[in-house]
Amino acid sequence: MTVRGNIVGIDSPEALERALRTAYYLADDGLATAAYLGLALGKPLLLEGAPGVGKTEAAKAIAAVLGRRLIRLQCYEGIDASAALYEWNYPRQMLAIRQAGEETIDIYGETFLIERPMLASLRAPDSTVLLIDEIDRADQEFEAFLLEFLSDFQISIPERGTVRAAERPVVVLTSNRTRDLHEALRRRCVYHWIDYPTAEREARIVMMRASSVAEATARAVVAAVGKLRREPLSKAPGIAEAVDWAEAATLLHARGARWPDAFKRSIGVALKDEEDLTFISGRLDALIAEAAA
Amino acid sequence: MSGELQLPHAARVFVSFVALLRANGFAVAPEQTTAFLAAIELLGPRSLEAIRQAGLATLAPPPERRTTYDRLFDIHFIGSEAIDHAGAEDEEVVRLQEEGRGEDETLLADEANESGLVAARAEALVERRFAASATGDALRKLSREAPARLPRRRGHRRMRARRGPWADLRRTLRESVRNDGEVLRLGRLKRRARPRKILLLIDVSGSMKGRTDDNMKLAHALSHAAPNVEVFTFGTRLTRVTRALRLKRREQALSAAAHLVSDWDGGTRIGDALQAFLAVPRFGSYARGAAVVILSDGLERGDPSALRDAVANLSRRAWRLSWLTPLAAGPGFQPQTEALIAIRRFVDDLVDGGSTVAIASHVLSLGQRKAA
Repeated sequence: MTVRGNIVGIDSPEALERALRTAYYLADDGLATAAYLGLALGKPLLLEGAPGVGKTEAAKAIAAVLGRRLIRLQCYEGIDASAALYEWNYPRQMLAIRQAGEETIDIYGETFLIERPMLASLRAPDSTVLLIDEIDRADQEFEAFLLEFLSDFQISIPERGTVRAAERPVVVLTSNRTRDLHEALRRRCVYHWIDYPTAEREARIVMMRASSVAEATARAVVAAVGKLRREPLSKAPGIAEAVDWAEAATLLHARGARWPDAFKRSIGVALKDEEDLTFISGRLDALIAEAAA
Repeated sequence: MSGELQLPHAARVFVSFVALLRANGFAVAPEQTTAFLAAIELLGPRSLEAIRQAGLATLAPPPERRTTYDRLFDIHFIGSEAIDHAGAEDEEVVRLQEEGRGEDETLLADEANESGLVAARAEALVERRFAASATGDALRKLSREAPARLPRRRGHRRMRARRGPWADLRRTLRESVRNDGEVLRLGRLKRRARPRKILLLIDVSGSMKGRTDDNMKLAHALSHAAPNVEVFTFGTRLTRVTRALRLKRREQALSAAAHLVSDWDGGTRIGDALQAFLAVPRFGSYARGAAVVILSDGLERGDPSALRDAVANLSRRAWRLSWLTPLAAGPGFQPQTEALIAIRRFVDDLVDGGSTVAIASHVLSLGQRKAA
């Protein structure tokens, strides 16, 4: 098995982990191994996990490490081929037909083709990372269509023929697991389930992402967020929320608010659901006091 | 490098691990085995942990079966015999149970019992014969009419139509090319209607014992008549039975469901079960925009405020929330229990759920109803 050219200089999961760290992303062993295998075997990387555990960030960090542009395809219910692959510029084609008069023109030429993310990544596999974000939001027809793309890395445009990637592009898929993905899709990918990080790792992430935050604040916020995640909330705070909370509390504190109060008043950046706030309000003081201790 | 890969001795232990996984119900495709071997070769002989990670990444066991995967891995590669079975469970805690998630699952599959369903089935035999035939008719009617009568919503995909709000430029252009660039007719597009999700929550507690068997049959019929049905049972715990009910043969599907559900005919903690349902984002999202149908008598032994909050939350997510209770069989029904009074203002329909005929006809009428 030959190691693909796209990870020259990164010869082990540890090396990838170190490289990701320079892109401000702290990956654990599992993620580093899966990402390394994905890159080395030329397979798409499928990342699943709760919202806010850093799936999209991982894709961005991988793009940064490889020095490539990230092309993002955000999935939604009803997404179809014309939004993901290509579309013809119909008004321009119409105009061209009118202007051509007696001449023959190729209305399916390059100038009339509007490139969408998947086609763009196929045509420039050496310089891009394709992120297919939240694939669980797209419906199953789209997933089936994606299978074809992910096995052959080719797209056929009826009017022009088949576009095939010379090199397999780097593809990262993410899913929040709001529905089961098709087994066939999981099979084609290297898979990793991203869990919430350990408190230690999360504190390091907070400090790395928000440099103004003191270590004690980061630890307190991470402890509080950890407790909140164990509550039955409709939206548990993710890593980004922990970072924001630490920054917000630091800011309020710097503007003169007393410490536990600054921490408590900025809860709105961590919990963004009115019901969750009401649910937790009775125990918030105790929870914060415990976390800050 | 690839020479090593062809050595059967080196590969045998890994290939046989894949066989062990398959024997325990993990779906592993041949190409995944190849990827697994390639991954081990790439990572080199480092540690067992590296092999475990390589397996996780390439064989992709679903996260809810991670414990089983780890255990099988230990048995295979370390030879650990220490398999702890889950100890006595605390019945006070509402637990979530998902298909294929049980701690012992296939490792113990042969020993699983189906006493719950057998008991419920025996109960059902006592029913009078005319009721049984009415039930059969209702189920057949449900299967036949559901595809056309269940609620639909407008999707985001567009389809050709005679009339519609958008111009179909692609088709128009193609036709105009045939006519030397002259647009003779403008094609139109409209949004395609799609079947709405249906979420069925079935109370399988002791007080619903008489209905449980029929309700499960109804859930089976509905699962096969409509494409987008999710089914959960609840009593003292919450269990997802959707996948079991997808088995085509009814007896097989119901027995598969019986293996999963471990709280047949027990107590009821509806509020906690619904809270547990909402707390898992993947489950909670099933309710969004769905026609939610709860089959329960609402005899709550837990805290009514937990039930009220959960139902309020469900009602905000759902397109329409129906509560079908056998207590509402008679005309002029007024909710009596504290729980039913508490949730009354959040449900869109509080109607009869005392017979399969009544439930089936309510489900079939959902398509005519508007979002509340």
